[in-house]
Amino acid sequence: MSVPMVLAEGVHKRYGRLDVLKGIDLEVQAGEVMCIIGPSGSGKSTFLFCINHLEKISAGRLSVDGELVGYREHKGRLYELRDKEVTAKRQEIGMVFQHFNLFPHMTALGNVIEAPTRVAGISKTKAIARGKELLDRVGLGDKFGAYPAQLSGGQQQRVAIARALAMEPKLMLFDEPTSALDPELVGDVLDVMRELANSGMTMVVVTHEISFAREVGDSLVFMDGGVVVESGKPREVLANPQHKRTQSFLSKVL
Amino acid sequence: MSQAPTDPELIKAIPVRHPGRWVATVVVLFLLAVLVHSFFTNPNFHWDVVFKYFVDGSVLEGLLHTIELTIISMVIGIIGGVILAIMRLSANPVLSSISWLYIWFFRGTPLLVQLLFWGFIGALYKNISLGIPFGGPQFWSFQTQDLISVFTAAILGLALNEAAYMAEIVRAGISAVNEGQMRAAQSLGMSQFLAMRRIVLPQAMRVIIPPMGNETISMLKNTSLVSVIGFSDLLYASQLIYSRTYQTIPLLITASLWYLIVTSILTIGQFYVERHFGRGSSRELPPTPLQRIRRMLFTQHYVPPMTEATQGVPAGPDIPSGERGGIR
Repeated sequence: MSVPMVLAEGVHKRYGRLDVLKGIDLEVQAGEVMCIIGPSGSGKSTFLFCINHLEKISAGRLSVDGELVGYREHKGRLYELRDKEVTAKRQEIGMVFQHFNLFPHMTALGNVIEAPTRVAGISKTKAIARGKELLDRVGLGDKFGAYPAQLSGGQQQRVAIARALAMEPKLMLFDEPTSALDPELVGDVLDVMRELANSGMTMVVVTHEISFAREVGDSLVFMDGGVVVESGKPREVLANPQHKRTQSFLSKVL
Repeated sequence: MSQAPTDPELIKAIPVRHPGRWVATVVVLFLLAVLVHSFFTNPNFHWDVVFKYFVDGSVLEGLLHTIELTIISMVIGIIGGVILAIMRLSANPVLSSISWLYIWFFRGTPLLVQLLFWGFIGALYKNISLGIPFGGPQFWSFQTQDLISVFTAAILGLALNEAAYMAEIVRAGISAVNEGQMRAAQSLGMSQFLAMRRIVLPQAMRVIIPPMGNETISMLKNTSLVSVIGFSDLLYASQLIYSRTYQTIPLLITASLWYLIVTSILTIGQFYVERHFGRGSSRELPPTPLQRIRRMLFTQHYVPPMTEATQGVPAGPDIPSGERGGIR
């Protein structure tokens, strides 16, 4: 079997005396779409932020595509990576946020070409051509020049997806991408994510969209209180949850 | 839909009268007229002298020095302020404390005292030398007086003081930018430095510009303090003239007029800089004065025509009623 895209073994995260993650074990294979559900405060988003080292883990091992996140191992000892190495690894992981976090002083196209031109060193003309292609792909081919404030929430989130894709990541992380959207705008964003999943992208999606998890997800993880309570095929977990906690959560959201 | 849409009958009501406003307007205009009248009839103003020296060579030279001082000190002050603000927000406790100490000192002592210090720095450090400190050999040595001219001293005094104030303004601006912006930038692989320069600072500018405009205008006037160390700015040049001719008031008016003119230019500049950094922040940018005048001219007596083309579509420029001028 090939190296998993994400491998977490006993991952802990502690803020002072608060334990947010208490030993997460999970595996995401290349091309897999994993959905993580669970009540708020269960550590889902924190785990996501650990994957691209926006948060440092406190204990355990976490690796992406076979390489440790944030550290290098040499003769049994861990060495912190330099900022340059950390940023290089983040380029390979796209992230989409609950509140979009588009750069408000740049147009939609400006948002999309910023990292390719400034970080990856791609020429501006190339980046613009590719950026237009991506915006077209997320259904915003007519909004290149619009500023985020001129776009609806759903449009902003699709720009954010295009922005993340512009760095050609091998893994995409979604942190509740539709939670801040009006119900009627959720569908457009989910359509884009569905299309992305069909194209073979490896995705870890923290979401409250149970039906999306059922249709698109290859695996489903239910987290609560900083641990993975239950995981498996989405249809099985959703139809036949084993744990009491999962049952009571699902009975409220379904 | 089977029924054709019908136009609602627009409300035509008699507006409420505000007699109080009319009375207040008349009183204020009357007092203003009295004041303006006195300007032209009181011979002590000596308007002929005011305008004689308005374009006088030494006054203009002083004005040039004032503008030079303002620009150079502001530029150094802003750069210093950004560096101090970033130091202050840094995780390194030494850098952050030093920045705090700097701000504490330069905000805590009067600018006039700081200027005098720099003016008399030669008395404090006779020589400035380049070499190995703590008693090692020296490679270069200068007399402080030769190295720090009056102009340099003035710049040092104004710029270092300004940096302390700008630091706090910039820090407030950086703190006002949503933390998610830094995270988003980092998630794309941007370094902290690049994210600060490309993402955070440009957004912080929106918050920074208005107080920075204030600071620039204050700086313009604070340059008048440098006369105490003998640098000839606009005020000093005027003082030199009236100490000779005893026409104190007219020359102070001359200087004030120039300060007002430069301040006005700076205010206009600030408006456009704010517009530049405000792009993307709201759905519409505030109108420029030209746009405002144009709208006022074309909307004052505007009555929407009842034609088929305009049904259901707001016609003409859409302006909130509060922006319309005139007393009702």
